[in-house]
Amino acid sequence: MDVIAGNLDVFGQGLLISIQISVSTFVLAGGLGLLLTVCRISPVLPLRLAATAYVELVRSIPLLVLLILFVFGLPEIGLVGPLLGTAVVAMSLYWATFFSETMRSGVRAVPQGQIEAARALGFTFGQVLRLVVLPQALRTIIQPLASLLIAIVLNSSLAAAVGVTQELTGQTQLLDQRYAQPLVTFGAAAICYVAMAFIIGRSAGYLDRRLAVQR
Amino acid sequence: MSSTTEQPARDGVGDPEISLAPVTVASPGGLRARFAAIGAQDAALFDVPGPRGRQRIRIATVVSIVVLAVMLAAGVRQFAVNGQLEWSKWQLFTQWPVIRYLLNALWATLQVTLISGAIALPLGALLALARLSRSPLLSRPATLFVEVLRAVPLLLLIYALLLGLPSTGIRIPLFWLLIIPIVLTNAAVLAEIFRAAVKALPRGQTEAAYALGLGYWPAMRLVVLPQAVRLAAPALISQIIRLLKDSTLGYVVSYLELLYSARVLGEFNHTVIQSFVVVAAVFIVANLTLAALAGQVERRIGGAGGRA
Repeated sequence: MDVIAGNLDVFGQGLLISIQISVSTFVLAGGLGLLLTVCRISPVLPLRLAATAYVELVRSIPLLVLLILFVFGLPEIGLVGPLLGTAVVAMSLYWATFFSETMRSGVRAVPQGQIEAARALGFTFGQVLRLVVLPQALRTIIQPLASLLIAIVLNSSLAAAVGVTQELTGQTQLLDQRYAQPLVTFGAAAICYVAMAFIIGRSAGYLDRRLAVQR
Repeated sequence: MSSTTEQPARDGVGDPEISLAPVTVASPGGLRARFAAIGAQDAALFDVPGPRGRQRIRIATVVSIVVLAVMLAAGVRQFAVNGQLEWSKWQLFTQWPVIRYLLNALWATLQVTLISGAIALPLGALLALARLSRSPLLSRPATLFVEVLRAVPLLLLIYALLLGLPSTGIRIPLFWLLIIPIVLTNAAVLAEIFRAAVKALPRGQTEAAYALGLGYWPAMRLVVLPQAVRLAAPALISQIIRLLKDSTLGYVVSYLELLYSARVLGEFNHTVIQSFVVVAAVFIVANLTLAALAGQVERRIGGAGGRA
């Protein structure tokens, strides 16, 4: 137990970096996912095809393969960036596909009559989206988005496998090498992850109850 | 919706009721129409475009083709400028020894997937039954196991086993160092899928079974489980496909599956990026093939599942 007490700052630092990676991935992937979704539902054929192909292909590549391809492959073609940034970009490109799928399912969950009614009232495409579709779609995808965030947090640990040792799993590994008390160190890290997942899940449940659409 | 280690289950699988028939692409035949139908399910969001709208769509089409082409060209140029497009760097992958090496690695990847799936599936079912049981002696530990293992990264488990086991003096082969963590996390996820399916069955089913004089376990075995398994089949299958991605963590324990093999190959021949690109392509093909197979299976059992 002394290992934990003596290294609270190390754990704290690792936790903080993990949260940073997860949040920036979530935000970046969310933006890119939104862009993909817009392309996929746009009337412009090349955009629809390109976005659909992107989602289908990138989703099929395991995250670790993508991470390694970016971290070890990009320098080979002359693109060298900071390690942490590269990892976050690779993760964002991967999770954007899942964002896009989730957002699309949200748009589809809005009853078609709502959209038709809005159009019959003379709303433009932008108004239909902004006033009718998105408010309802966002509420139905709170829980799926929370699951996505949990998945992102858990998989942020994969950054450790490509050398981002500052984050929680990487720090735990280093502590284990120094103190050789695997049960304690890995147990503590596991508790951190479980706590994060628990908090995200609970907040999503709360939001979901508060904002649920009455149908 | 369960939070999985890899990704949340794909939500709203198609929702056939609200597949919005596109107004603009009425005729089913033809390549053009088939292309146009991709992603066209959401077409009801806008009115059929008028002359000005069509004009705008035409302009947007041209602009987007140009932008996409520029992006593609920039990517290819980046490869070419750094000499990564040279045939000598790619020729490797046309040679039989290298192909055989990669096929062996693919087989190792499939082995990890199949074996961990074969263990995790029944384990998940047992966990779900335990969690659903009325005895707290069974349900409490099962709940704890499932909730904790769904919220712990696979990599952390692998490190814990990889670094923790030697200090206890237990030695197990690399293969199992990879399989055991994959099985543990996926059993938890699969258990939640099973449980959700059982919960989704109408209460009347169990009540009718009890009314016929069946006890808890006979009702479970004869009435609930057969329906629940069908109901859960699509989600179970896509979770098993996800195991294919988990197998890449063999890289961490230096087990020679596809990813780690690619690294060895790339470092040995100085074709790092080529090897990883090829392996990514193999994963895409493998994943899409498995997904297509799963689609066929789903269609076979789908009709019965929908009724439950």
